[in-house]
Amino acid sequence: MSGIVISERGPTVGGRAVRQAGEWLPALVVAAVVIGTWEGAIVAFHIQQFLLPKPSDIASTFWTQRHELWPAGWYTFKEALGGFAIGSLAGVAAATLVGRFKGLGTALMPIFIAANAVPIIAFAPIFGAWFNPISPHSKMAVAAVLCFLPVMVNTLRGLQSASPRQLELMRSYAASELEIWRRVRVPTALPFLFTALKVASVLAMIGAIVGEYFGGALNALGVIINSEANVFHFTTAWAGILVACLLGIALYSSVVLVERVAIRWAPQARDS
Amino acid sequence: MSDAAPTVVRIERVTKTFPQGNVTALQDIDLELAPKEFASLIGPSGCGKSTLLRVIGDLIEPTSGTVTVNGKPARQARNDGDYGIVFQDAVLFDWRTVAKNIALPLEMLGWGRAKRKARVEAMLELVELGSFAEHHPWQLSGGMQQRVAIARALAFEPALLLMDEPFGALDEMTRERLNLELLSIWAQTGSTVVFVTHSISEAVFLSSRVVVMSPRPGRIAGFVDVDLPYPRSVETREEPRFFELVTEVRELLRKRGEHLLPEEAAALE
Amino acid sequence: MPVVKRVGVVAATVVLLLCCWELYRWIWTSTGWTWPFLVNDTSMPHLWTIAKAFGQPAQVNQPALITVLLHKMLFTAKEAAAGFAIGAVIGFALGVILVHSRLLQRGFLPYIVGSQTVPILAIAPMVVVWVNPKLPTGLQGWGAVAVIAAYLTFFPVTINTLRGLQSANPRALELMRTYAASRWTVLWKLRVPASLPYVFSALRLAATASVVGAIIGELPSGLQDGLGGAIINFNQYYSIEPQELWATNVIAAVLGIGFFVIVVLAERAIVRRPPESST
Repeated sequence: MSGIVISERGPTVGGRAVRQAGEWLPALVVAAVVIGTWEGAIVAFHIQQFLLPKPSDIASTFWTQRHELWPAGWYTFKEALGGFAIGSLAGVAAATLVGRFKGLGTALMPIFIAANAVPIIAFAPIFGAWFNPISPHSKMAVAAVLCFLPVMVNTLRGLQSASPRQLELMRSYAASELEIWRRVRVPTALPFLFTALKVASVLAMIGAIVGEYFGGALNALGVIINSEANVFHFTTAWAGILVACLLGIALYSSVVLVERVAIRWAPQARDS
Repeated sequence: MSDAAPTVVRIERVTKTFPQGNVTALQDIDLELAPKEFASLIGPSGCGKSTLLRVIGDLIEPTSGTVTVNGKPARQARNDGDYGIVFQDAVLFDWRTVAKNIALPLEMLGWGRAKRKARVEAMLELVELGSFAEHHPWQLSGGMQQRVAIARALAFEPALLLMDEPFGALDEMTRERLNLELLSIWAQTGSTVVFVTHSISEAVFLSSRVVVMSPRPGRIAGFVDVDLPYPRSVETREEPRFFELVTEVRELLRKRGEHLLPEEAAALE
Repeated sequence: MPVVKRVGVVAATVVLLLCCWELYRWIWTSTGWTWPFLVNDTSMPHLWTIAKAFGQPAQVNQPALITVLLHKMLFTAKEAAAGFAIGAVIGFALGVILVHSRLLQRGFLPYIVGSQTVPILAIAPMVVVWVNPKLPTGLQGWGAVAVIAAYLTFFPVTINTLRGLQSANPRALELMRTYAASRWTVLWKLRVPASLPYVFSALRLAATASVVGAIIGELPSGLQDGLGGAIINFNQYYSIEPQELWATNVIAAVLGIGFFVIVVLAERAIVRRPPESST
């Protein structure tokens, strides 16, 4: 525990704004430089206009094709969201069971670790066979499986990270196992859970798109990206990829927002 | 609070051996503590003082012997919430405010909201942290966190207060100040206190009785009755009698093996 | 728990899980339940059917399936290993560069993180078409796949290398300053050794990611020689011969786990400290 008193009164409002801008500015600069160079290089050197379209072209296609791309993105996003929810819930449930019954942990952990090493992509076609390749459920399954492991492993680690002193304190209160869980283990696990959810949010979107490679509805984003790439409409494909990125980032950011609200108590020093 | 029983803590022939490393942490300990007594346990590393504290609190089971707290076996005393404990590390919950941290044992005892609120406010006043009720632990200094831990330990007015080097991580000035505060709190609540410490002057300053322990195997080397009057103050540390008592404790420690090599200090307390 | 006992427990659990497979299958086929999915010989072949499929040729006049699959596995392993090596080196280098400049960190980290939101599968075809002509003939085809594997590998390595290099004890850094040590010396004598546990933790993830990347990279590239190609092939025949796709998955799992185990063993050899028990 630190011996430092952290003052509630920060620097002036203006000072804080400058400091926050300082956090953001380098990234913006990098973005501007990269996009500028990209655009410039293609124009100046006629490089790869075939494969690597100009950012301005991608941006305009992003806009002009929005009627096709954006709803497709939403469709795939729903698949990702469903998988994210199912996988995360299953992960938390599994972590709770393993945390509660130590024997399960010894037997199952090596299996989970091995399962983590299995390329889930290989199972996408099988999920397609189970749930009908066109339906969104097969993609949800891929996303769910991808989300399950990080959530389970991290939540478990969080549940097990109560300090021995905290447990001694609870024993001095003759606390029941349930009370220890409720008052110590669960709150301690929350930061770990959110770290995992951030990872899972990105994986979910990727899982959905990967799943769509093996078949999906015609209005699914992954399918569109694929078919456009196959007929060499790379600008549209990249615009679709841009949609996918934005949605992945959106899901990630929502998790971050929920985290800020749910664990307001976490000291800012905790990193993601 | 403390009932009419003649002793609050009775330890009879308690022995504790830890199987790994064949360590005899405690051997044939006999100890009796009267109500409202302030007893310090002092000794070098490995003398078993922290182990003894935990045996009283039923956090460690003795290998043999009996422990009676408040006239009951230690286990029952723990189940009945007869004592509060303060560790060297404040062990506050980051996700609770100061007020909620203090309320923790009260919640577990099933107290109603109004009753809890009243008691928490009283405790905050006792440790003089009234304006920090809604702060979070990491916003407070180490000394303040320990005061919260003390407030929490006393929240349900236990007959017995166990303290395991609570001020060990603090600087000397904060320590001396908290010593005075602890004495004032003790005077107001009248609990019996068992206080583990490394510091001879702290032990003499706070206690009515100093229990000197020696290691390998852990046992009681002797007792020093501190006859300095209460309430004690800053001046008490400068009285000749204080120095005499400190010297007495020091001699007892030295005679019974304070000068052990660090490697010799066996494992667990 | 002693190693033998642990292995025994795990083996017993695996056997138990396999039995659960058959049990699930039996219950669902007897009752005819269709949730979550219909269970029949196609969707859940008997374990024995899958096992048998290894011994038989997938097509007439071809060697047994297992031989074919092992060849493909080695091909994919080659791509994954190359990708792993490239990605690990790039990731490590990026971590080293970034640790020396907070400015660079703030500028590039968001994009490094964001790079992982790009669905690699979507980019794969373009990468393949773009990279292949640039490679010498011997490396074409699988080289592009290695690049894709590297893409998935570099990210965890970068992030963890950065964190590991930053984890050096501030007191130790002060000590190095009293020796007027150059940045280079501090890097190699202090930061890098401190970062090893983190780096290996990432390498474990990266091992898996490289295999995934290799398989994903093969899908759009039309390469028949690897597991990705096998997956596409057998996917087409799934309704007739489901056990072949399952067999391929088993081999893919073996590859993934194999890479993981190799990294864990390397860690034990190099870091002479028990590896962390979680990712």
